[in-house]
Amino acid sequence: MRARAPERPKTPAAFLLMALAAVWMALVIVLPLVNVLAEAFKQGVQPYLSAIVQPDALSAIRLTLTVAAIAVPLNAVFGIAAAWCVTRFDFAGKGLLLSVLDLPFTISPVISGMVWVLLFGAHGWFASVLEASNIKIIYALPGLVIATVLVTLPFVARELIPLMQDQGTDEEIAAVTLGASGWDVFFRVTLPNIKWALTYGVLLCTARAMGEFGAVSVVSGHIRGLTNTLPLHIEVLYNEYDSVGAFGAATLLAGLALVTLVLKTLLEWRFGDELAANRRH
Amino acid sequence: MSLVVQNITKRFSDFAALNDVSFEAQPGEFLALLGPSGSGKTTLLRLLAGLDRPDTGRIDFDGLDYLTLSARDRRVGMVFQSYALFRHMTVAQNIAFGLNVRPSKDRPSKAEIQATVQRLLKLIQLEDLGKRYPSQLSGGQRQRVALARALAINPRILLLDEPFGALDALVRKDLRRWLRRIHDETGVTTLFVTHDQEEALDLADRVVVLKDGQIEQIGKPLELYRHPQSAFVFDFLGTSNQVPANLSDGIADFGGFSAPVVSPKALNGAQTVRFRPFDTHLHHEGPGFEAKVLSLLPAGANLRLELQSPTGQVFETQHAHDSEASDLRLNDTVYLRPSKVYAF
Repeated sequence: MRARAPERPKTPAAFLLMALAAVWMALVIVLPLVNVLAEAFKQGVQPYLSAIVQPDALSAIRLTLTVAAIAVPLNAVFGIAAAWCVTRFDFAGKGLLLSVLDLPFTISPVISGMVWVLLFGAHGWFASVLEASNIKIIYALPGLVIATVLVTLPFVARELIPLMQDQGTDEEIAAVTLGASGWDVFFRVTLPNIKWALTYGVLLCTARAMGEFGAVSVVSGHIRGLTNTLPLHIEVLYNEYDSVGAFGAATLLAGLALVTLVLKTLLEWRFGDELAANRRH
Repeated sequence: MSLVVQNITKRFSDFAALNDVSFEAQPGEFLALLGPSGSGKTTLLRLLAGLDRPDTGRIDFDGLDYLTLSARDRRVGMVFQSYALFRHMTVAQNIAFGLNVRPSKDRPSKAEIQATVQRLLKLIQLEDLGKRYPSQLSGGQRQRVALARALAINPRILLLDEPFGALDALVRKDLRRWLRRIHDETGVTTLFVTHDQEEALDLADRVVVLKDGQIEQIGKPLELYRHPQSAFVFDFLGTSNQVPANLSDGIADFGGFSAPVVSPKALNGAQTVRFRPFDTHLHHEGPGFEAKVLSLLPAGANLRLELQSPTGQVFETQHAHDSEASDLRLNDTVYLRPSKVYAF
């Protein structure tokens, strides 16, 4: 059953609250966004364009997309596996697993980056092994990917668990008794039932992966044109007082975020009922 | 083709869900597994479907050792209380699922599958709804689709787990008849789990009554009703009134009046006896159990009375509308005499 629809505001207090919310939103979201655009185009369109096509900016975009393209599928697979385990089986330590799953939400991303430096850095636990086999993790793409994976770990799983809990196992059991193999059960029954929640989780995960700053900053080493993702690139330019460059790159990141937001809104509009059960964070 | 269940025991940690359960089902028989919740009937169904393994015992079907077969290979049609239809598939796709997932060498052609689906849609009288999704169907229609989906794989046994539990009374009754008709047409050996005694007695060829993981009694509905083997079966199959009596030679003496005793064994001395609401007569004068009329309700062809004795015990009785009970009013005092009692 649906909750009663909210009424239109009638009292002065209600109007006041709405006005407050609107002013606040304008102040903390719209104003900064407008400022980003204003700064980016401060010297006209031409400097803006040349700022975003300079080689370092392009390489930052490429790196950001590469990291997201590796980290997001990994977390999608992990998310499905974790949700499957948690909702289909009862085992000791299930509560612990669920808590650990939320850890990336609660700890600072800087720490999520530092743990990897501790493990794989020049003085880390595995330093000698890595050096001997000539594998670079920190200050290289693998480091960026694992830092991003850790930070974006919960998004897909958190989206799927409530839905799969809600749907139960009856359909899967029915499929097995009808002669379906494990493969058939997953691809013909489980996956179609969770596909929209999965898409939604992947979208959130992607947005977070592209915007990640803290963890990535620790493991990146800020090598221009090599290990700078878009958020890091923006910071570097900003610190060098290249405000057109910094805000130009920022418009790209904001653009990626807006695309994600539009897709997310479309999904919510089209499959709102299916996703409604999942709003937990 | 018959199903043989032998000495099945299943424990969950230290709780025995099933304890040494044995029974057989004849080919084409319609068997009801009747019991209160927690009696082990759903556990038994899951063991038969291969979704769980028993700790000890055997399950054979037509000479086939079922315990060596996985759930996938048992060809058991299962119907759930929750319907468990595939929500993203149409009705036709749901019915065709069991055929579509067969390995390619055993899979019928597209045309054959199509024909099977059409035949089953006709059987469940939903010929025009093949393209609908489960969410567009009523509960009763969904359960019919679930049955068609189970029948599509040409099952050796059909297992129904409280299939009508989520439906309202009228639809239940309707579907009950319809299920019995489908069973008679297809001749599939069927096991039907229910906690509703009326449903079990109405539908099944034989009823297996379960209590606390053990079989209390197996028998045809009438047999069960007329000759219950235990107080549990008697109480479970219908309303039961209980009074103390003195038994000797098949007669229950209540001090001043008496009634014949039906019992699986010869009993003598002080015993608790039971009687049904309709095995009673009401009198304006004693002897009899003195009671006041607490409520008077029409129950179909009968009048249902609740009577309360001076000690507070409540009796439920049933009488024809044109019997001595029809003139009674609330709070009238009557004397109740059972015409037949059961003792265990």
